[in-house]
Amino acid sequence: MWRDALLVAGKDLRIELRSRVVLNQVAPFAVLVLVLFAFALGPQRGPMVQAAPGLFWVAVLFAAVLAVQRSTAVESTEGTRDGLRAAGLDPAGVFLGKTGAVALELVVLEAFLTGGVLLFYGVTVHSAGLLVVASLVGTAGLAAVGTLYGALSSGLRVRETLLPLLLLPVAAPVLLAGTRVWQAAFATHATAGDPWLRLLLVFAAVYLALGVVIFGPLQEAS
Amino acid sequence: MTAHASTSEAGAAPAGRGFTRALRVLGVLGIVGMGFTVWLGLWVTPPDRTQGDLVRLVYLHPPIAWISLYLAFGIAALSSVLWLWPRTRSRFWDRLAVSAMEVGVVFTALTLFTGSLWGRPTWGVWWAWDARLTATALLLVLQLGYLALRRVPSDPDVRARRAALAAVIAAVDVPIVHFSVNWWRTLHQNATVLNANLSPTIHGAMAWTLLLGFVAMTLVFFWLLLLRYRIEVLAEGAGDAALQVALAERWSEGAPADEPAGPASNREPARSGS
Repeated sequence: MWRDALLVAGKDLRIELRSRVVLNQVAPFAVLVLVLFAFALGPQRGPMVQAAPGLFWVAVLFAAVLAVQRSTAVESTEGTRDGLRAAGLDPAGVFLGKTGAVALELVVLEAFLTGGVLLFYGVTVHSAGLLVVASLVGTAGLAAVGTLYGALSSGLRVRETLLPLLLLPVAAPVLLAGTRVWQAAFATHATAGDPWLRLLLVFAAVYLALGVVIFGPLQEAS
Repeated sequence: MTAHASTSEAGAAPAGRGFTRALRVLGVLGIVGMGFTVWLGLWVTPPDRTQGDLVRLVYLHPPIAWISLYLAFGIAALSSVLWLWPRTRSRFWDRLAVSAMEVGVVFTALTLFTGSLWGRPTWGVWWAWDARLTATALLLVLQLGYLALRRVPSDPDVRARRAALAAVIAAVDVPIVHFSVNWWRTLHQNATVLNANLSPTIHGAMAWTLLLGFVAMTLVFFWLLLLRYRIEVLAEGAGDAALQVALAERWSEGAPADEPAGPASNREPARSGS
């Protein structure tokens, strides 16, 4: 399973390195979202600083939709999906590989976004460790559920419009919890972002486990 | 249309005579129960000390909410799992899942609507970012997503598998959403009937009317559920019958070789039927 996961992740990341779609299109889009939010909130620093954690995670959610779409689009041409299945790869491995690739892309993108948040919104980080851990765990969960819905809608002609409708409400807890942990990380006195971090962990664990179990039948449904 | 209906009725047992009778009984019981609930709720029970006549919404809103939040979604999720489980896989569970989800979405919308009506005079706002309201709104979007996915046309088995998996992925999210929005904020009054020590905090005529409301609304739900189930069976039958008609017309098209008028008049119904 792990070997297959590495193979699939390596394949997806190699495609990304050569095409640079996520880096050249999705990452600028996510930063653009931050700028647009700044226009919506007005030039005062107060509301921006307050909203910064939530805006970061909303931008991540939008970017995740695009990254997942890209990740499934890679499979939908030239019968790649059937190729993957015919190659005898473990479905759980395929799931973990695709999730890992999407998660890694998103983490790189989040690094850009964090820079954008610090630069545009003028916030100061007080516990960087909490920030990094929350982002990593939240991204793992987001990539897992995104990969599941991506595979579910991959064969459909309406997938571009259907995927956000399916993915975003399910990912709402990541937005809620991620925002809370980020707020805790920005606060001068260290408040407990603790139940929220645990929620992110549970979310990631549940969807990674669910994906490992159901990805086999899921591949047959597309 | 009647021809299609009768053929599928012969093919599928649930659309038979016993099913129709059960439907009628359920419908009559549900409607009579609702009538009694309305009568008791509007005329017999007293107004509340603090909420006045507004309290009468309690006979409507919690029963609807119980169906949308627990019963309908529970049935949909459970039948999706049963469809996915190879030993219990049958068309029945797929049809039941989509029926429960579709009736459930109506009840979820009604939950939000009646809650909004109640919230305006008591809280002063139509909508508040309260835990239960937020969770219910998210549930509505989850259900709409399922139905949108389900509506995408494809092979029945593939569609059933896809819908069942989507239901499972969404169902796993429901408890997580529940906890997250609960920590986020809570403004809603606590559950009146299903509280921790199971002792209802209202008494007498009001409690009985509320109980009747729950029973009547549940009967109405099952009535609608079975009606929707029958529609699903009939629609499948109609789809199959239309396919047979189209196939038969295609076959007959090829038979007479040189008849310019014949194929043209044949092609018309074939196209509308397929």
